[in-house]
Amino acid sequence: MATDTVRGARKVGRYALLVVVAAVVLFPIYAVVLQALKSGPDAFDHPRSLLPVDLTFDTIRSAWTDGNLGHLLLNSLFVSGMVTIGVIITSLLAAYAFAFLEFPGRQALFAIFLATMLVPVEVTVVINQRTANWLGWDNSYQGLIVPSLATTFGVFLVRQVFLQLPKELREAAALDGVGHMRFLYEVAAPLSRPTLGALGLFTFLGTWNAYLWPSQIITDNDHQTIQLGLNKLKTPNDISKFNLLTGGLVVAALPIFIMLVVFQRQLVRGLTAGAVKG
Amino acid sequence: MKRKLRDLPPALLMLVPSLALLGVWTIYPLARAIDYGHKRCDSTFRNCTDAGWDRYSQVFQSKQFQDALMVSLKLAVMTVPIGLVLGIGLAVLADKHLKGIGIFRTIFSSTVATGVAVASLVWFVLLQPQIGVLADLLSDWFPKLKNPGLLNDPDTALPAVALSSIWASLGFTFIIMMAGLQSVPRDLYESAYVDGAGSFRRFTNVTLPMLTPSILFVTVVLTTRALQSYGEIALLTQGGPQSTKATTTIPYLIYGNNSVIHNDIGTKSAAAVLLFLLCLVFAALQFRGFGKRVHYGN
Repeated sequence: MATDTVRGARKVGRYALLVVVAAVVLFPIYAVVLQALKSGPDAFDHPRSLLPVDLTFDTIRSAWTDGNLGHLLLNSLFVSGMVTIGVIITSLLAAYAFAFLEFPGRQALFAIFLATMLVPVEVTVVINQRTANWLGWDNSYQGLIVPSLATTFGVFLVRQVFLQLPKELREAAALDGVGHMRFLYEVAAPLSRPTLGALGLFTFLGTWNAYLWPSQIITDNDHQTIQLGLNKLKTPNDISKFNLLTGGLVVAALPIFIMLVVFQRQLVRGLTAGAVKG
Repeated sequence: MKRKLRDLPPALLMLVPSLALLGVWTIYPLARAIDYGHKRCDSTFRNCTDAGWDRYSQVFQSKQFQDALMVSLKLAVMTVPIGLVLGIGLAVLADKHLKGIGIFRTIFSSTVATGVAVASLVWFVLLQPQIGVLADLLSDWFPKLKNPGLLNDPDTALPAVALSSIWASLGFTFIIMMAGLQSVPRDLYESAYVDGAGSFRRFTNVTLPMLTPSILFVTVVLTTRALQSYGEIALLTQGGPQSTKATTTIPYLIYGNNSVIHNDIGTKSAAAVLLFLLCLVFAALQFRGFGKRVHYGN
């Protein structure tokens, strides 16, 4: 009886703690979302701004028009989608060669691949900016897409899964005269679908959220991604329009939050792939 | 041997896309940056003269680089330990079988999807000195929130950037720690319990040792992220406030629009290569430092 009470009290205590911590973690998002859902003056009437009253879509609507957010969203969607498809294809092909084919220099080549994983974007952008400029890819979709189409992380991740597929599968298929490409397309790729899902999601998020590279090669309005375009809504000198930024933030973050909720499991798999197994 | 050569043509065909892309956009720029790093070029990049390899040590010892290095290191010191502790705390808190725990886990992971631009601008809104909600509600305790505003004061600008970074990384840290916790075999806790270990002892003697791989991974990632901070600086402070260099990190020194070395490809390349080496050295040190303490289970 007494232990039950103690246990019950502990449970309540833990829930209380969880709620408080969750409130703190969520506060920045909550405050910005509510400000976005209020008209200018209401949004800055603190702390009343934090109450879900006087809600309106006007701010988001003006941010949408003023910031040309529809166009920016389409740009981000197109670029992220193309990069995601490209990374899955290049990763599948290279991973297949490393996992199923035997050729001289395979180990050495894989070592080189792994080594490039260490090179951060922050180092290569200095020169890549010049390469893009030389190719005439400043302010272009190919400039945003092509440099990101192959990642060592993807090759590594897919290779790990391929190595776990039984060798007999490939041998049996070879006896039946099934070529490499058909085996990859019909057997190996479908069997690694969960990992491909994680890789795709991870790549999409990474491209959607990229900042440094786009900021260095895009200067016009036509090819801006949503991440760059938000900066235009930042009007430090015009307080009356400040609220538009909150509207823009909601529009930029919403698709990603929906993805997070829908694909939580794949995301966790992608993030932990490198961590737990060591 | 025959088999090996038979597989070579298809292997090459399948590797060509990745090899070509990585070659052009990762290996070539690294090699080229290393090469440019010891050159002095005029602003057209056409006329370069070899300045010798000690150009690297000159750049490293230059005041701009040293200042930026200090800022980057400070940012790492501010973000990594706090980020780790908060991530572990959240994970331990959410690692219980309670009704509705899934909602809390989703909330704790929520910041993982926010990119650097969204996360930074969220804090830009909250910290806005005249009309930001934090400035309004908390300025009695922290007058600087209002005047001049955390991002406008050289002493508080970097901690404010750190705050935004810690929050932005929290979801990632939480997810890794949560996965780490869930891979701890339950019977370890049970035997510790049977041996009379209290919850604190169970945490220090079972949970923490079993979490070491996750802790190492998160430490390396968070440190690298701190050293490579660019977006948050560009959006929150432009390396300032104003003419100070209080938040000019190494990447901002290299890529910032108003950077003093903006048109100097030689110095930029040298700084980028030095940044790369710095990240490698830190990662290597962290792997060695953790060394045998990392417990990978069986």
